[in-house]
Amino acid sequence: MTGTRLLLYALRRLLQAVPMIVIILIVNFFLIHSAPGDPVDVLTGSMETSEEYIAELRAEFGLDKPLVQQLGIYLWKAAHFDLGYSMRYRQDVTGLILSRLPATLLLMGTALVFSSFLGIMLGVFAARRPYSLSDNAVTFIALAGYSMPVFWLGQILLLIFAVQLQWFPVQGMFSLRVPSHGWARFADLMHHLALPAITYSVYHLTLIYRLTRVKMQETLTLDFCTTARAKGLSEASVVRRHALPNAMLPVVTVIGLNFGFMLAGSVLTETVFAWPGTGRLLYEAINARDYPVLLGLFTFLSLMVILANVLTDIIYALIDPRVTYS
Amino acid sequence: MTDHATAPLLCVRGLTTTLRTDTSEFDAVSDVSITIGRGEAVALVGESGCGKSLTALSLMRLLPSVARLSPPTSVTFDGVDLATQDDAEMRKARGRKMAMIFQDPLTFLNPVMRIGDQVTEAIRVHNVLTKAEASQLALESLERVRITAPAQVMRYYPHQLSGGMRQRILIAMAISCKPELLIADEPTTALDVTIQAQIMDLLADLRRELGSSMLLITHDMGLVAEYVDRVYVMYAGEIVEEASVFDLFAAPKHPYTQALLKSSLSVDRRTEVFETIAGVPPNLANAPKGCRFHPRCPVAIERCAREHPGFTDMGNAQRARCLLLEEGA
Ligand SMILES: Nc1ncnc2c1ncn2[C@@H]1O[C@H](COP(=O)(O)OP(=O)(O)OP(=O)(O)O)[C@@H](O)[C@H]1O
Ligand SMILES: [Mg+2]
Repeated sequence: MTGTRLLLYALRRLLQAVPMIVIILIVNFFLIHSAPGDPVDVLTGSMETSEEYIAELRAEFGLDKPLVQQLGIYLWKAAHFDLGYSMRYRQDVTGLILSRLPATLLLMGTALVFSSFLGIMLGVFAARRPYSLSDNAVTFIALAGYSMPVFWLGQILLLIFAVQLQWFPVQGMFSLRVPSHGWARFADLMHHLALPAITYSVYHLTLIYRLTRVKMQETLTLDFCTTARAKGLSEASVVRRHALPNAMLPVVTVIGLNFGFMLAGSVLTETVFAWPGTGRLLYEAINARDYPVLLGLFTFLSLMVILANVLTDIIYALIDPRVTYS
Repeated sequence: MTDHATAPLLCVRGLTTTLRTDTSEFDAVSDVSITIGRGEAVALVGESGCGKSLTALSLMRLLPSVARLSPPTSVTFDGVDLATQDDAEMRKARGRKMAMIFQDPLTFLNPVMRIGDQVTEAIRVHNVLTKAEASQLALESLERVRITAPAQVMRYYPHQLSGGMRQRILIAMAISCKPELLIADEPTTALDVTIQAQIMDLLADLRRELGSSMLLITHDMGLVAEYVDRVYVMYAGEIVEEASVFDLFAAPKHPYTQALLKSSLSVDRRTEVFETIAGVPPNLANAPKGCRFHPRCPVAIERCAREHPGFTDMGNAQRARCLLLEEGA
């Protein structure tokens, strides 16, 4: 429970993730080599390229050398964050992804915080009044939200709130004529963020709501809540001090595991709202058959999911004293 | 004033607890009357599933959502009827007037809350104190239940303690506000044999120190003989006999009590004591007509299947629900 022990635990979990990352890189390597034709075609994408550049690539990746050696070169480059070069963007893939990352993290972070917070609040509210009218109403809305396709929801929201009512901008992250800094720029960003963030949140929100409701109902019938009531605590205190911290344990895990789903979901949301993040980059790369970017994104996204899982484990260890660090 | 001092602390009359399941609704506890004097220790004994825990939870008004109190229940505590009190008043009584100690010390403690916080919370609910003051009182409570290194234990989580230690924590929380009545629901069933005696002795000592009354719920006739003044015997949701400990062991009147005592004396008192009574306890959802014990009773007569027996007074505050006693047999 001490700081050093937790740090050691975090380090060990990170180290345990390394083999997984290597496996992903190897799979990526064979994806390149199993594509029809010359790997050079894959590496250059569908762009017109000069003979010189192709020769350069052959030398750089050792394409005339045995496969194992090629794999070694590929892993060595990946270990140095070299994910290749995109002819289309005329930029190295790592730099390209990193330049798109802040937009996605902003959208995802906003959605994750908003949906988790609201989902937990609604779940607790409903659990305290099971099968009441308000519980049934929230549950119905949640079910609708859960089964709504993100793409469709985004377009409906766009049509109503951006096109018809014109309350929100239709797309992008900033207006064309916007102050380069200060509060006005921030307000403009928030204005653009609202619709995509809501679209992005709905699925996750309903998931967290439903889980919280079930877990809270379950926890409120557990023995230690009876003890708390027997002490003379009010039901509100039993909920806040005893039931909630226990019911949150599985919820935290699900929030962490959902990180991966949210990354995948970002392709749809970012495409609908023309949000300049990694999700839209993926969509663009698919359309342009920009293989270096595509493979770079696969590697990068896998890495993010693994890191999110490790982070979830660490947070769980922090909030559940029963976790042993061995 | 004298009236207050001589009137019993707890006077339960006609306690009836109705359970609602998907298919049926029935009284799991019916027409239970229990009286506990000030400073008195009383036991409630009976086989598993006969309704002992539900009786205790009914007194605290901590019933699960499937259960409710039904008329003619009255629970008079210190002259006030708790059964009809509003929730806020009832909360003030819990933990301060009457406190409960539960069977399984692991599941009844919050796994993610420090021991110190759980004990401190029990004190702060009923007293306006600063954190430090409450903490100090919590420490004293832990000392009183003879926990060594209490300051260290305050920082522990429940899973870091042994079963006996956890039970001491539950006891520390229960006594922290000096309640007038302690309800202990099989407080030692989940513990090792060697720890059982320690915990029971601790409870007896604390009760003497605080001058509290106690309702001890148990299977164990050995504990009954050692630690209480009077006994209520429960069968299938009903009290079938009440007597002082001496009379109960010397001259049990109800055939069920007799079987209970015989079986508990014939086997080691620490192991399952009821296994030698022939037959199984009835399903409460459709309790037998007439006397509820008659299908298992070795001396039942034809009348027992038809008539539900009332209490027959045997003098010396002993009474039992048996038609044979009525017949003078
Ligand atoms: N939450 C509940 N839901 C449904 N039935 C219940 C519930 N609690 C108790 N019962 C039923 O009520 C009856 C009495 O239960 P109770 O827990 O009071 O028995 P007990 O005498 O305390 O038994 P034990 O010695 O095993 O603790 C049992 O038949 C039990 O199945
Ligand atoms: Mg019980």
